[in-house]
Amino acid sequence: MAVISLEQVGYSYSGKELLSDVSVDLSPGSFHFLTGPSGSGKTTLIKLCYGALLPTVGRVRAFDADLAALDRDQTALLRRRVGVVHQDCRFLDHLPLADNIALPLIVSGRDMGQENTNLTDLMHWVGLSARADALPPELSGGERQRAALARAVIMSPDVILADEPTGNVDWDMSQRLLKLLVELNRMGKTVLVASHDLALIRAAKNQVQARVLRISEKRLQLAGADL
Amino acid sequence: MKKGDIRELLAGDVQADRLVPPSGLTAHLTIFVSGAMAFLAVFALALSLASGRLADRWADELARSATLRISASADQRAVLTEAALAILEQTPGVASARAMTPEEQAALLAPWFGASLPLDSLPVPQLIEVVADGPGYDAEGLRLRLSAEIPGAVLDDHTRWREPLVRAAGSLRTLGVFSVLLIGCAMAAMITLAAHAGLAANAQVIEVLRLVGAQDRYIANAFERRFTLRALIGAAGGMALGVFGVALLPSAGDADGFLTGLGFQGAGWLVPLLVPLLGAGVAFAATRAAARRRLERLQ
Repeated sequence: MAVISLEQVGYSYSGKELLSDVSVDLSPGSFHFLTGPSGSGKTTLIKLCYGALLPTVGRVRAFDADLAALDRDQTALLRRRVGVVHQDCRFLDHLPLADNIALPLIVSGRDMGQENTNLTDLMHWVGLSARADALPPELSGGERQRAALARAVIMSPDVILADEPTGNVDWDMSQRLLKLLVELNRMGKTVLVASHDLALIRAAKNQVQARVLRISEKRLQLAGADL
Repeated sequence: MKKGDIRELLAGDVQADRLVPPSGLTAHLTIFVSGAMAFLAVFALALSLASGRLADRWADELARSATLRISASADQRAVLTEAALAILEQTPGVASARAMTPEEQAALLAPWFGASLPLDSLPVPQLIEVVADGPGYDAEGLRLRLSAEIPGAVLDDHTRWREPLVRAAGSLRTLGVFSVLLIGCAMAAMITLAAHAGLAANAQVIEVLRLVGAQDRYIANAFERRFTLRALIGAAGGMALGVFGVALLPSAGDADGFLTGLGFQGAGWLVPLLVPLLGAGVAFAATRAAARRRLERLQ
């Protein structure tokens, strides 16, 4: 059974159709890339996957629940099972990095005393142990993306959705981020990465068995042999 | 506000409180507005309570007392006064009746004619003070009997000028209550505006919290606590200043004028304590409504 599935999904905004007849299943432990030109609807599709947007046509199911049928509290609970790396990271600039990474734990009422080891390990894993007290505006692009990834996985979610996680970093850093995502996939997490960086996708195919989906003219299709 | 809300408000959540960034101007505005409104509310309360007391006192005192005026020549005045007192003693509902002394009558006239008034040389009528008991007496029946037996006797039960006075005091009390309500509404409006401004300034914070799995109640609580505590602190300060100001007003003395009686009496001094609590309640409700509206815009 798919962790997230989109069934003939369409999405329109202000009368303009952005996605049409999109169907895809993200099976447990799978790794998918989502590619397409800028403005093709990658971010919209990612948002549909975690209920930040609801489809105007069709149905999105996550963990066997129809997202459109969930109430607001249920949607919030669902988001604790889906780690999202946003394109612009979305931090609270007045909080130190460690608190930003721990944000999902804090809002879910976890005992931070007990979770401290988990947080320390995670910061070490993404190489940000020394930056725990830094404020988000003080971080470099790569540090922000790694912190966003750490925040996305701190609740040990079943699915990780990453929207252009390497969009603002150099090649070395994008390789490092990719390695972290591959590691997570090897731990059994379902991963969906939206990226327009075809070189990154080609490099990833050497490390992980990934399906590449392409959005073209509002529709989703499997990428060709060039990827 | 439910019991659970109050418990959550008092218990607080250090972690959640940190998620809302400190916002200087909005915070100061909320505290100042709450303080100013509480200060005004204390004075409006003092006005309302004082006019209420005044209305009650006037109504009570004037309802129980009446004046019998006997206009007669000097040689008949004493006889008619004795006869009138005898009638009054027999009248059911009259607790006491007493002829005023020349000194007392002179004191009543002194404000107009001066203290050295030669009362003996003037045709001043004899006044009898009549005090009614609990149920009172039949004023019309007494008037008829007096007019038949005491020529020139006029019973004045003060109704003519008591009613407008009591009405005026009652209106003043209503005005005070209306002022308190108006101040409460203005406070709610100002705090709602401040809450909206604070929430708008923190739109990104709310969005991020929602995206990482915070439930609406959690997000709303963080803002409710912040604004409610600010309103409580401001209103408590304003209330304390207001009470101090009222305490400095001259107390009711012998003159017993209205302005000198403006203030609280006895347990009335506890009434202003309600102002900060009501202010905090208003802030809580206003912030909750504003937070809900803001959250409903987010999926």
